[in-house]
Amino acid sequence: MDIHEYQAKEILAKFGVAVPPGALAYSPEQAAYRARELGGNRWIVKAQVHAGGRGKAGGVKLCRSEHEIQDATNEMFGRKLVTHQTGAEGKGIYRVYVEGAVEFTREIYLGLVLDRSSQRVMIVASSEGGMEIEEISAKRPDSIVRSTVEPAVGLQEFQAREIAFSLGIPAALIPQMVRTLQGCYRAFRDLDATMVEINPLVITADNRILALDAKMTFDGNALFRHPQIAELRDKSQEDPRESRAADRGLAYIGLTGNIGCIVNGAGLAMATMDTIKLAGGEPANFLDIGGGATPERVAKAFRLVMSDENVEAILVNIFAGINRCDWVAEGVVQALTANPVDVPVIVRLSGTNVEEGQKILAKSGLPIIRANTLMEAAERAVTAWKNDRKQNTRMRAI
Amino acid sequence: MSILLDRSSRVVVQGITGRMAQFHTKEMLDYGTNVVAGVVPGKGGETVFGVPVFNTMKEAVAATGADSSLVFVPPPFAADSIMEAADAGIRYCVCITDGIPAQDMILVKRYMLRYPRDRRMVLTGPNCAGTISPGKALLGIMPGHIYLAGNVGIVSRSGTLGYEAAQQLKDRGIGVSTSVGIGGDPINGSSFRDILERFETDPETRVVCMIGEIGGPQEAEAAAYIHEHMTKPVIAYIAGLTAPKGRTMGHAGAIISAFGESASEKVEILTAAGVTVAEHPSVIGETVARVLAKRAA
Repeated sequence: MDIHEYQAKEILAKFGVAVPPGALAYSPEQAAYRARELGGNRWIVKAQVHAGGRGKAGGVKLCRSEHEIQDATNEMFGRKLVTHQTGAEGKGIYRVYVEGAVEFTREIYLGLVLDRSSQRVMIVASSEGGMEIEEISAKRPDSIVRSTVEPAVGLQEFQAREIAFSLGIPAALIPQMVRTLQGCYRAFRDLDATMVEINPLVITADNRILALDAKMTFDGNALFRHPQIAELRDKSQEDPRESRAADRGLAYIGLTGNIGCIVNGAGLAMATMDTIKLAGGEPANFLDIGGGATPERVAKAFRLVMSDENVEAILVNIFAGINRCDWVAEGVVQALTANPVDVPVIVRLSGTNVEEGQKILAKSGLPIIRANTLMEAAERAVTAWKNDRKQNTRMRAI
Repeated sequence: MSILLDRSSRVVVQGITGRMAQFHTKEMLDYGTNVVAGVVPGKGGETVFGVPVFNTMKEAVAATGADSSLVFVPPPFAADSIMEAADAGIRYCVCITDGIPAQDMILVKRYMLRYPRDRRMVLTGPNCAGTISPGKALLGIMPGHIYLAGNVGIVSRSGTLGYEAAQQLKDRGIGVSTSVGIGGDPINGSSFRDILERFETDPETRVVCMIGEIGGPQEAEAAAYIHEHMTKPVIAYIAGLTAPKGRTMGHAGAIISAFGESASEKVEILTAAGVTVAEHPSVIGETVARVLAKRAA
């Protein structure tokens, strides 16, 4: 789960990481008022969206007067910010963060991630802050310092010192840097983060170490023990279909194609998407309804997939293990009887009691196209989608 | 003897009194698995399908000689249960539980290191379908009837995609020595490489079918091992060629980030390591058949 920059800064500050003074605003007037409260004569106004690359996309502005703040935020509020991380649809700006501008002499990159190779928390840092880590690793891979943390004892001071010295931090600032690193690690560990990123972490003109930006992502599986973090969820930053699915315990990701997918298991769902593409179609979504494909889940999945206007055919691919095919077939029939859909439905069942499942689908009298293998299902889905599309075009022409 | 489990394996089910755990305990018993005990704190003395329930793993091991365990415990308590199994002297543990916090798994892995290698428990999962040696024993939640006994080793991150492979093999009359689900979580007990090493020295396995997906370094690590150490042919399929970059696809593990983590890069790396890659999921069975035929010739 992602949170906003201002929330991440608030959290990290509690763990001893120094951040510039700042305040949140929900309107241009409030932003100007916040700037006056903060004092000074130069401010940075930052759109609060769950995505990186805000600066280049116009979501971060330097302002020299309250007037400029009003103008800048007027353009931000209600707009969708499109960065290279948001996709074409962008993310809505409903909050801005106002900070006093900071003079700095150096920018550092600092990230903490779950490293899947060492299976531990890894600290990644570079003296080339300001650029994104992808760019740093392409242009200045030699500047990157890595250190993994022994989970039983946590991040030791010597490790933090090693990182600080190899980044070329001046000796007088080493204790501050150690405090920053240990604060980030403690926040990561105590709150079950999966990522903490400060880019840039700067050395100010008056020799302080400050986090100018901050990003934190949390482990959804651990939110049960961090209700205060779970509350920070901002649905305005999520795809509404994905939020709805998540609330119903389904893993859904909206894509741009026309063939909706309902599959059990993440791997099989991805394999189904791949096969649709191979057959000449484009998947409209990724949807994993989980190992136990109960009739209720199947019905929910149909409603969810059909809520996407681009869907022009639906492919159901269930490998029934414990939940038998006859049971899944009944779920499909129930869902389609209660909520008929106006697009072709292709069902491929495999596994336990497959013959009974096929019989139930056949006897239902519903116009379900059946398939035996994954390839056959994908081909039939693509053919049915194309035929249906032709017919619809003809109807519209008439 | 097959890898990881066998007819002689004595199984304890942790969390046996739960609804799902009871269902799968019955399935495992019906398959012929030697389920000797269950463990649920506070429910010692009860029985489930005639299987005695104990309060602690140590009691269960002492009373029944259990050497393998299956964890069905809810996510907040699952890591604790895995560590309890390791401490009780269990040799092989499968964790089915989906949704364990990643940092709990980091601690589990660290905890297991306290035991010397020859006494260290082997863990597969979490968030996996389990392990089956067809005709011998089933330790997990997969439908046993889709597996024929034979000599293809299967190792898969995904549960249902592993079933898909087994079904395709069965349709061609090809059997499986052992099928191992390693699970979809970013921090897991055993990697592809760990399981490949076992298949390489397993006399019952002639070829290995490896089913990976986008995200994580394990397929690339497996490729390096295959290239340098494996004598048996490996067939692979990687799911997620159409997955958009930077998105989590259901499994927390399936996030594409570094090089070698997208499906196409994995295919490239595996192909370069001499692995026969099935281009799409429908041809996994026929690709294995082709490699087996070549091997026989």
